This record gives sequence, structure tokens and C-alpha cells, in this order.
Amino acid sequence: MLDRTIILLRSLGHTTINAVWRLGYAGKFFFLTLKSSGTSLRRPHLVVREVYFTGVRSLIIIIVSGLFVGMVLGLQGYETLQRYGASSSLGVMVALALVRELGPVVSALLFASRAGSAITAEIGLMKATEQLSAMEMMAVDPVARVVAPRFWSGVASLPLLTAIFNAMGIYGGYLIGVVLIGLDEGSFWSQMQAGVDFRDDIMNGVIKSFVFGIAVTLIAVFEGYDSPPTAEGVSGATTRTVVISSLVILILDFILTSFMFRGA
Amino acid sequence: MERTTLDLWVGIFIAAGIAAILVLALKVGNFSFNGSNTYEVYAYFDNIGGLKPRAPIKSAGVVVGRVAKIAFDPKQYKAKVTLKIDKQYQFSKDTTASILTSGLLGEQYIGLDMGADEEMLKAGDTITLTQSAIVLEKLIGQFIFNKAGSGNHK
Amino acid sequence: MPSENFLEIRDLNFSYDKRPVLRGINMAIPKGQVVAIMGGSGCGKTTLLRLIGGQIRPSQGYVKFDGKIIHELTRSGLYETRRKMGMLFQFGALFTDLSVYDNVAFQMREHTDLSESVIRDLVLMKLDAVGLRGARDFMPNELSGGMARRVALARTIALDPMLIMYDEPFTGLDPISLGVIGNLIRRLSDALGATSIVVTHDVQESLQIVDYVYFVSEGVIVAHGTPDEIRASEKPFVHQFIHGEIDGPVPFHYPAQGYAEDLQLGPFDA
Repeated sequence: MLDRTIILLRSLGHTTINAVWRLGYAGKFFFLTLKSSGTSLRRPHLVVREVYFTGVRSLIIIIVSGLFVGMVLGLQGYETLQRYGASSSLGVMVALALVRELGPVVSALLFASRAGSAITAEIGLMKATEQLSAMEMMAVDPVARVVAPRFWSGVASLPLLTAIFNAMGIYGGYLIGVVLIGLDEGSFWSQMQAGVDFRDDIMNGVIKSFVFGIAVTLIAVFEGYDSPPTAEGVSGATTRTVVISSLVILILDFILTSFMFRGA
Repeated sequence: MERTTLDLWVGIFIAAGIAAILVLALKVGNFSFNGSNTYEVYAYFDNIGGLKPRAPIKSAGVVVGRVAKIAFDPKQYKAKVTLKIDKQYQFSKDTTASILTSGLLGEQYIGLDMGADEEMLKAGDTITLTQSAIVLEKLIGQFIFNKAGSGNHK
Repeated sequence: MPSENFLEIRDLNFSYDKRPVLRGINMAIPKGQVVAIMGGSGCGKTTLLRLIGGQIRPSQGYVKFDGKIIHELTRSGLYETRRKMGMLFQFGALFTDLSVYDNVAFQMREHTDLSESVIRDLVLMKLDAVGLRGARDFMPNELSGGMARRVALARTIALDPMLIMYDEPFTGLDPISLGVIGNLIRRLSDALGATSIVVTHDVQESLQIVDYVYFVSEGVIVAHGTPDEIRASEKPFVHQFIHGEIDGPVPFHYPAQGYAEDLQLGPFDA
């Protein structure tokens, strides 16, 4: 009995130490990436190239999901609001739900599984096929040449994708509310404008998506760079990127929300 | 992929993203370049009820500004409310500010009713005529008290 | 300094997780030679190359290249030194997202301010040296194994390194490609006046092209000499290795308890 307790405690300690060590390692890696960003900023086409792979390639899924999330919000929101005779507030409800929460969070989740996993797999494969070693032997720093451009492209892409998601979602809500159900178009838009604040709602949403962009891309590049250089290693790292990113997005969202929308 | 096609797509993507932000700012949000085109006036209320900063200020139902700050004034034992009003709207010195509720349980806002004075409010002025929030509990209490009173007279 | 060895390895030790990989390696390689390091799989040959390239630090001893001790260099000093080195990785390690042309041009674009037209001339020259000038527009995944290895070779010599390291250059190649690569290693070394280190376990091919051979087994050098000396060697390990015998100093069986004991063939006790 005592033996088993000791084994349990030991494995708990081991797991904790490992987790903390990895977190510290990731933090160090983050600073290394920032430090090595000079090269990628001096050669913007490196970042532009990655924006194509992370941003442009994610456009379709973001547009379609945004539209459908907005349409569902329209339908569900109307169902609930019309019970209280407040169906004219549908616009403001859809817009607030999107710009404050669903836009940043759902975009970040989609981004993690579409672009984040791709970044991890790509860097992991480059490591497994010794491309990173080869680069190092050619006196080219792989963090500056491979990691930093992908990191910055992710940080730049996600807020833009989120804005597109939001715009599509509001358009979806408009399609359901005004075109399908036949609410008054004027009150749909005017209530939205009266109820949504640029600084408190839209800017806070943009800040959220920036934070998520940093978190997701950092996790993706780190997992790729840190993955064991084998086929199983890379596939495991790809899965971990999606799982850890999703958890981190939801936890960060709670923290940010509790700071941003307290009281007032 | 050709470098030029790639550049084109990235350009389209960034343009679309910025357009989306602009749409959100202008069509969805009430984006205004506040600061230079508003002016501040003050009003003292006995009780502000549930009024919150950034609550709308309406005149004849139209939003003309927002509540900037709410503070307690320890000399008069009143709430000092700072109102930020859009410069394009001018109000007379004897304007009445009242705290109203949209709907029965809705948000509280400040309503401005124009007076008859020739002189207009300037930045830093104080609105002297105010009407406090109607606190529902007090109203109910009064109603019950009145009922009880009329019952005794019977 | 013609008398001083171009690459000198003195009493080199390296351990991975307390498990010794290399123990007391000594080597002296003069300028312009092609040297083979041979040994069985997993004997620490690749580790040795990584130590020379400064990707890992030795636990003891040092590697001295061109008068500088590698592990004492600063990061920028190390990068400076690496520009004089070239390394051909086991499977080429071509950048999969760049074309053949861009792969070869990679270092020129990273490290020099040469104009695109000069780079073009240089790249075509290097590709011509490996016979693949016509394949410049292919992507790495469109190349056969032998061609990929040759492109990687062209990329390795892009900046005319003084030291070229080859990590298992013959692995997984058909006999023709194997001969081509072996021939190229010798020719390029001579043409560039470079020193070459070939890590390999392909005995026949490498003995034809190298000047000197080191045998490594379980982290120590067990034999060294010119190809002729090696062929004539009576040392049991070298003999086993060169002739590919199944059993010898390197046993066929991994150490285990007695066979009979393992099968539990004890005397019957009913």
C-alpha cells in the first residue's frame, strides 16, 4: 500500500517537473524566436510566403464556418428573443456574440487545427529529414529562417481571419434575420450599431485574437521544433498542437474575458 | 507556386481582412473619432440607480453622447456624472437631465430635455436641473404604504 | 602551416545520457585528403561528424579545425567556421519546399550579396559538376534517390568548403548511382582542394576512393591505415568487417543467458 502511494507520488512529481520544465523550455524558445526575428523582418517575403500557407489557405474554412455560425446564431437567437418580444434585438445579439466571443474563439480553434497542425507537421518533417540540421551546418539559424517567419505569419493572419469570420457571421445572421425571417432591416442594423461599442467590444475581440494568434502559433512551432525526429514523433506532435492549442485558447479566453468585460 | 501569384493571394487576403475590420468598425460598431468632437458637461443626481459608465445619453430618443464617468461627490453627498456629448448637438443651459430606463427592466440611460434658455451649455458647465433614477423598490414601498393608508380611512 | 594537421581530434569523449558513445578518439587529417570512417551501424560515426560540425559539445577532449577549437567558439564564431564546412546528409536533406535550383542557391543567397545573375552562373556550374544542370527546375520529391544525393552534393559544395563531410553517402543507392557518387566525392575533393571525411559502412566502394581509413567500433578506433594496409590487415575485426563475415569479434548473438537455460530445458524433475 505504502509502496503504491510512493510510486503514485513519484509519478505525480515526475509529471509536474516535466510539465514545468517543458513550459520553461517553451518560454525560452519564445524569447529565442523573438530575438531571431530580425532576419524575417528584414526579408519580408519569407513572412509573406508563410502568410499564404497559414492565412490564405485557411480562408475557405473561415468564411464557410463564419457564415454558418452566424446563421445558427440568427435562428437560435430569434427563437429565444421573440418569446420576449425582443426580436428586433437580433442584430445586436448576433454581433455581440460574434465579436466578443465566438469570432475570436472559433477562428482560433479552426486556425489551430488547419494552420497550426500544418506548421507543426512541416517543421517536424523538416527536422526528421535533417533539413534543420543541414541548415544549421550551412551556418543558417533554423529558428531565424524557419521558425520566426511562421510565427509572425500566424500572429498576423489570425486577427485578419477573425475579422473575416465576424463579418461573415454577421452577414449570416442578417441572411436569417432579415432575408429569411423578415425582420426590419433598419432596426437590425441600428440596434446593432447602438449596442456594439467599437472600443469595448470590437477592439477587445481583436486583442483576443492577437493573443490567441501568438499562443497557437507559438505552440505549433514549438511542438514541431521539439518533436522527436520520427514519423510517430511528428504525428504525435501534430495531435498535441491541436489539443494543447484548443485548451490554451479556451483557458486564455476565460482569463481575458474576466478582465475585459468585468462589470461596466 | 509562382512568387507573383503568391504575393497576389496574400495581398487579396490582407485587403479582405482590413475590409472586414472596417465593416465591423463602421457598420456594426459605433466607431467615432471621439476626443476632439465631443464636449463634457457635469450633472449631479441624488441617486443614479443602475446607471453605468458608457451608458447612452439620448435626446428625443436619439443617442447624442455617452456617460464618461460616475463619481461620488463627498461635499454634496450626490453622484457626479460626467457626460460626453457630441459637438454637433447643442443644448440650452436649463436643459433637464433625467435617468430613465429603456423598457420596464432595460438598461438605464440619461435623457436630455431641451429648455428655453437662449444661452447654450459649454464644455465644463453643470446641468442644474436633474431628475434621479426611479428606484423600483422605493416605488413599490410607496405603493404598499399608500394602499395601507387608504385601507385605514375606510 | 603545411606541417600542422588541418583537422585534429584529440582524446575526444562524448556521452549521451551517461552512456558513452565515443571514447578517446584521436585523429589527424592533413589538408586535401579523403578519409573514410568505417564501422558498424550505431557505433557513433554520425555523432563524430556532429561533433566536428559543432552541433553537440564533447564531454572531454576537443576537435580542432583550421587552428580553432570548435567547442570553444562563440555562436557567431561557430557560424563563421561552418561556412568553411560542407555536410552531405544521409538522405540528402534537401529543402522540400525549394526547387533544385533554389536549394543550390540557398547558401549563396543567405551568406553573400552576389547578384542573381552571378548566382545563376554559380548554381549552373555546381549543378553541371554533378551532371544535373538539366534538372534545375525539379522539386526534390520529383528526383530519384541518386539524383537527390547528387543535388545535395552540389548544394554542399556551393560555397567551396574546405572540409566536406559525408554522412553515409552510399546508403540506399543502386550500384550505378553508388559508383557515380563515389567518383564525384573523389573528383570534387581534388578539384576544390578540399579535405573530405566519408562516414560509411560500404567497404568496397570507399576503399577505392579514399586515402586513409579509420575503423570505429563501440566508440573507439580499433584500426587505421591506408586502404592497402587495411586490405592486408590481420586484425580480426577489420577482417570480419571487410569480408562481411557473420560471426567474429562482432558476435551474431546479442548477449543473452544460455540457450538451453532460456528454453527451460532443465533436467526433468517429476
